Amino acid sequence: MLIRRGAEADLYSEKWHGLNVIFKKRVRKKYRISQLDLEIRRSRTVHESQLIHDAKLAGVPTPAIYAVDTASTTIIMQRIEGLRVKETLDNLDLKDREKLCLNLGELIGRLHKNGIIHGDLTTSNMIISDDGKVFFIDFGLGEHSKETEDRGVDLFLMKRALQGAHHQCAEECFNTLMKGYAKEIGADVAKEVSKKVEEISRRGRYVAERL
Amino acid sequence: MICLGVESTAHTFGVSLASSKGEILSDVNSTYTPMPGEGIHPRKAAQHHSNVAPEVLRLSLQRAGIKLRDIDAIAFSVGPGLGPVLRTGATLARALSIWLNKPFVPVHHAVAHIEIGRLATGSKDPLVLLVSGGHTTIATYAAKRWRILGETEDITLGNLLDVFAREARLNFPGGPAVEDLAKKGRNFINLPYVVKGNDVSYSGLLTAAIKKLKEGERIEDLCYSLQEVAFAMLTEATERALAYTEKEEVLLTGGVAANERLQSMIREIAREHGAKFFVVPKRFSGDCGAQIAWTGVLVYQHGVQVDVEKSFVKPKWRLDQVDIPWRE
Repeated sequence: MLIRRGAEADLYSEKWHGLNVIFKKRVRKKYRISQLDLEIRRSRTVHESQLIHDAKLAGVPTPAIYAVDTASTTIIMQRIEGLRVKETLDNLDLKDREKLCLNLGELIGRLHKNGIIHGDLTTSNMIISDDGKVFFIDFGLGEHSKETEDRGVDLFLMKRALQGAHHQCAEECFNTLMKGYAKEIGADVAKEVSKKVEEISRRGRYVAERL
Repeated sequence: MICLGVESTAHTFGVSLASSKGEILSDVNSTYTPMPGEGIHPRKAAQHHSNVAPEVLRLSLQRAGIKLRDIDAIAFSVGPGLGPVLRTGATLARALSIWLNKPFVPVHHAVAHIEIGRLATGSKDPLVLLVSGGHTTIATYAAKRWRILGETEDITLGNLLDVFAREARLNFPGGPAVEDLAKKGRNFINLPYVVKGNDVSYSGLLTAAIKKLKEGERIEDLCYSLQEVAFAMLTEATERALAYTEKEEVLLTGGVAANERLQSMIREIAREHGAKFFVVPKRFSGDCGAQIAWTGVLVYQHGVQVDVEKSFVKPKWRLDQVDIPWRE
């Protein structure tokens, strides 16, 4: 059953060998010429499965990968029952929101510490499972890197996702998140990455405080 | 009420008259055109604008059939844009405001691209894709401000096309020249495709395309491939923002919105997500006086004015830093 039409994939919820699974099928994008389209879908399917697996090894909750089919550019993975952070964040009280953001920061720190860049950190790519754990999904734009630049872009995208969809509490959430990040990755690295996030913000169009 | 708007941020100098009923009574524009192989020279552009200003103003009043004394407010493009060019337009606008003793109304150029798009298409609450020489921005409105969801992390789409066209010695502006040649392209040439979340990065793509040009690839194939890759990147980022915001409308606006291939791509993702697709009509897609005059009406009606003595231009003024008092 089709449950969600995302930006690049359709998600189906199915029973598969007795398991509750998600079929993540990267569908042909008609706006892209087929040559370009097929290459992007194939490489992202392979890449995402690998990164989801690596993240789990690093201690960041991700869905279990059951199968990968490059021919149909489909990943079959565990279905996580819960709510997306996007849907809960604005409704939490201050204390719970702080706890959640601290946790998000720790998990991102753990990814980065282990050389994993998520590539599309937004509050809709994080699911709070029914038993309270935060699962990260959607690693399609991710990569392996320990570069400050890549870590900076990752957190910058997170910051902007907060500003875009949760503008009332964006700054508070991001600051708390960076505390959790520092706890996990170390204060020195966190400071360096924070500086990079600022630098990347200034790359935007017509930023007045650009040097 | 009637507002006279002066556009002067880059290559186009425009004067338009708009009414509070949403009528564009006139819209006269004159564009500075660099030689093939050259880009916009800020001083030369400013000179062009000051040369054509009296005639553009006269024609605009004449076509609207409006006397100077019938005008209720003077609006001008404060920024963002090229400093010398902004100052030229602002000088004319200031003089009119003082001479006629009419309120002086500051307008943000990008907000104006969006508002003329909304006026001309009837779009209400869209996810906006603004593509021009100055902007490549995905934005959505919330609580009195435009919120930027994605943008270019280096050069803009218009800039990518212009600089590539300049290197290939095509006519200015580069967008239409590249679009024409792309229609004759047959072979797809691989070029770097860089999407970061809802952001894109075009500088690597530009370098690679220029390198291929110098290696002697067919210009038609290169224009075709450049468009396919650059537009697909942006369409992907826009689709991601659309899926994230679940908006029911998409508005494509700004100069590059005139490109039919880009239109077809954005129309396709809007359709897939059940959103209505709107594109600014060609006569208002590039920079024009009408965008300033109409947005001036909105700004003025919501009580925003600036003293002439304090009416400094802002070459850097980011879209998400502008208050939008006229929307809920």
